[in-house]
Amino acid sequence: MTGIGERVPSPRAYDAVTGRTCFTDDLALPGMLHARLVRSPHAHARIVAIDTTRALAMAGVHAVITGRDLPVRYGIIPWTQDEYPLALEKAAFVGDPVACVAAIDEATAARAAAAVRITWGVLPHVLDPEAALGPGAPQVNEAARHGNITKSVQLAFGDVEGELERSEVVVEGVYGFHGTTHAALEPHCAIGVWEPQGMLTVTSTTQVAHYLHRELARVLGLPEDRVRVIQPPLGGAFGGKSEPFELEFCVARLAMITGRPVKLRYTREEVFYAHRGRHPMRMRVRLGATRDGTLTGCDLHTLIDGGAYASFGLVTTYYAGQLVTAPLRLRAFRLDSTRVYTNKPACGPKRGHGSVQPRFAFEVSVDKLAERLDLDPIELRRRNALEAGERTVNELLVRSIGFRECLDRVEAASEWKRKWRRLPFGRGVGVAGSFYISGTNYPIYPNPMPQSAVQLKVDRSGRVTVYSGASEMGQGVTAMLALVAAEELGVELAAVRVVLGDTDLTPVDLGGYSSRTTMMAGNACRRAARELAGRIRAAVAGEPVTGVDAFRLAEARLGPLVGVGHYDTPTDNHGAYRGGTIGASPAYSFTAHVAEVSVDVETGKVTVEHVWAAHDAGRALNPMLVEGQIEGSVYMGLAEALFEEHAFHASGLHRGPSLLDYRLPTALDIPELSALLVETADPEGPYGAKEAGEGPLHPSLPAIANAIHDAVGVRLDALPFTPARVLAALVSARRRGRPGRGVGRRAPPPSR
Amino acid sequence: MRSPAGEVASPALVTVTLTVNGDRVTAAVPPSRTLLELLRDGLRLTGTKQGCDAGDCGACTVLVDGEPVLACLLLAVASDGRRVETVESLARGGTLSPLQDAFVRHGATQCGFCTPGMLMSATALLARVSCPDRAQVRAALAGNLCRCTGYTKIVDAVVAAGERCGEPDEEPGR
Repeated sequence: MTGIGERVPSPRAYDAVTGRTCFTDDLALPGMLHARLVRSPHAHARIVAIDTTRALAMAGVHAVITGRDLPVRYGIIPWTQDEYPLALEKAAFVGDPVACVAAIDEATAARAAAAVRITWGVLPHVLDPEAALGPGAPQVNEAARHGNITKSVQLAFGDVEGELERSEVVVEGVYGFHGTTHAALEPHCAIGVWEPQGMLTVTSTTQVAHYLHRELARVLGLPEDRVRVIQPPLGGAFGGKSEPFELEFCVARLAMITGRPVKLRYTREEVFYAHRGRHPMRMRVRLGATRDGTLTGCDLHTLIDGGAYASFGLVTTYYAGQLVTAPLRLRAFRLDSTRVYTNKPACGPKRGHGSVQPRFAFEVSVDKLAERLDLDPIELRRRNALEAGERTVNELLVRSIGFRECLDRVEAASEWKRKWRRLPFGRGVGVAGSFYISGTNYPIYPNPMPQSAVQLKVDRSGRVTVYSGASEMGQGVTAMLALVAAEELGVELAAVRVVLGDTDLTPVDLGGYSSRTTMMAGNACRRAARELAGRIRAAVAGEPVTGVDAFRLAEARLGPLVGVGHYDTPTDNHGAYRGGTIGASPAYSFTAHVAEVSVDVETGKVTVEHVWAAHDAGRALNPMLVEGQIEGSVYMGLAEALFEEHAFHASGLHRGPSLLDYRLPTALDIPELSALLVETADPEGPYGAKEAGEGPLHPSLPAIANAIHDAVGVRLDALPFTPARVLAALVSARRRGRPGRGVGRRAPPPSR
Repeated sequence: MRSPAGEVASPALVTVTLTVNGDRVTAAVPPSRTLLELLRDGLRLTGTKQGCDAGDCGACTVLVDGEPVLACLLLAVASDGRRVETVESLARGGTLSPLQDAFVRHGATQCGFCTPGMLMSATALLARVSCPDRAQVRAALAGNLCRCTGYTKIVDAVVAAGERCGEPDEEPGR
């Protein structure tokens, strides 16, 4: 029998390789109309008038809707609902949706969208977060409570100033993260179906079917029991599909108006406007240590560029600090974090929500400390690593931690001791570490109900069916649930069928975000299956039956074999302060990377030669799928460090909303990635499992930055590490007459 | 608001005849229709994906007369008389091809959206080079973006499929 810890293909892989995976855009319904959005060409402008008559008069056009057809503000976070499905009075970025057309085919819808006439009253706009905080800045979002601030957070743990004053070494730096997007290969798509008895079904590329269900009912004014959300498998998401979007409200309203199914698929350009990608941040870090390398205090200040709408920004503002307090022990920590509205597409959660940027700043700071102390940066991290059972300075309880083993593994695999400070000029190695949550302890809207539930059915054929609301987006939830059910019920993996993502068919799961699914849906499935298996065993105890015969006998004695299970998060593992629930998780994963890079000092081009990534995912339920998550994470982080930039012209126009201009690495750009599994047994995770989908991304960026320093002796504190930026840093270092390398290194070749 | 929906004036249609996965297909298409639209919307062969509609992502890669082609950039009229193969053609008689099997066994698929295009590019490579090395595989797949895997397991799978192709029934004398 196939069991926990074996390298088994996902059942979904067979669909993937035959092209049978049915994504949302692969669905076509009889009589289906196609919709197209009209978007703002201005970064900030009042809507004076919208004239839809020409569009409506076109042959094949069935309906045109504007903000007045959906005049209810929505937003994923209940306290910051600050956007309309279609702009009501003004547009707040280039690409803000204003109207939506439904027509008999895509080409007609596109022509009709172009025929919608909008009279604009252009307003001054602001793109820079510091300028947005300044006097006289235009008001970006009218729902904001204080100027252009989405949220501002001040937290302090221990005596940061005292600790820094008493520290023998303090490093201080200002760091910049530039903003990146998810660029999942599948564009967002939704199909609305209205049944005249008053039933709405929306099929969507959402990661959060449950939250979408709630928001559709609220915005459209329907009872929740008349709304159904279906989530087909997703063609990648990475956080970019984890809140409602205007397309879902538009297809719903258009279906209600026309009585026909309506499909809307974003063009690739529109995916860049929907965005919700990683926030640009400016970060100031002060970090201290004693002479022996014990970390003391950390003072972190972040200014977060949010774009035009809040999205998850309230939470982001906390995450921008709450998740730097492990795996290294701090005596004191202070966070001052502010998210600001600007006239750009809204930022949101991208793989490693809010924490990838400060992690970069923190890990580069640790590297600078190690340099000042003349300590091996791996050894410095080892000395400060938290222990299992310990609480972080901000009171998060770490139940299991394999961080030291992660360091050991990457140190050995990369031959660190042979390479660090010893490779020829232009080549270097760097290390970084991180931790991440395995789900959040609290749902997005406060409620005491379970975060995840599973229903199970054991059929008299021997077939086991798992019903779960969890989101399949390629991360392997189907495989995970099948594995857990097979393990507990003692059946072959192939005997398990998994039904996911349909609010009519499956019990609740809050969605595919915050790396929560293995922890929560996994535990729910395990409990359902274990309880049902126990009843079956008891019913047939003493009888000479096994396998399907046991199921049949149990069914004869008990009736239909069905079970339920759910998961409730622990509430004892975080601080009682305001914001203490953010960062609170049932379990934390840990990661260490070593990156080896070469730097061409003539061109400034950085090439990552190899990345070794060791990840403590608790018990790896399926090592092949966990490796896939680690490799994908390392790749995505590397891409953000070297290639990607979500950038804008001064007018607010996106600099390149295409997959050609927004540069994604190809198979030729990616080095060999060595994913190393470190296993701990977490007491809360199912079979000891923790997350693997987001944590391993974090160290990618700082490990590369630290490797560049080892290679050529310059610090790059602002991302991305483009050839121009690297070259400028090299030229500047030469002008200052500094040696190109750290202690005991050969000097760089003279400049031409 | 609802408009009286009328008929759309059809542009002049062009009749094309091509072979798709071994079947002879005749279709009347507007001159602007892409091969991708013909495959997905006309023939309901939805295994071929639309990721960008601009030739940037490779998700729509199909084979035209054996060569990998981006179906979003080829007009349907230009496929007249040609032999088109899509991901749906790879499994024979309900059995996965060695390449598909290698993708499954190596964990080379995550979300699966790039997979059909990857498989078609790799199929073309393996037809040309029976046992490619990693560098050859990377070069052959450079036009196919993957956002999930970091490419490592995809390269593993194609290299393994090459080795499998080369092993059985190998001629003696090597």
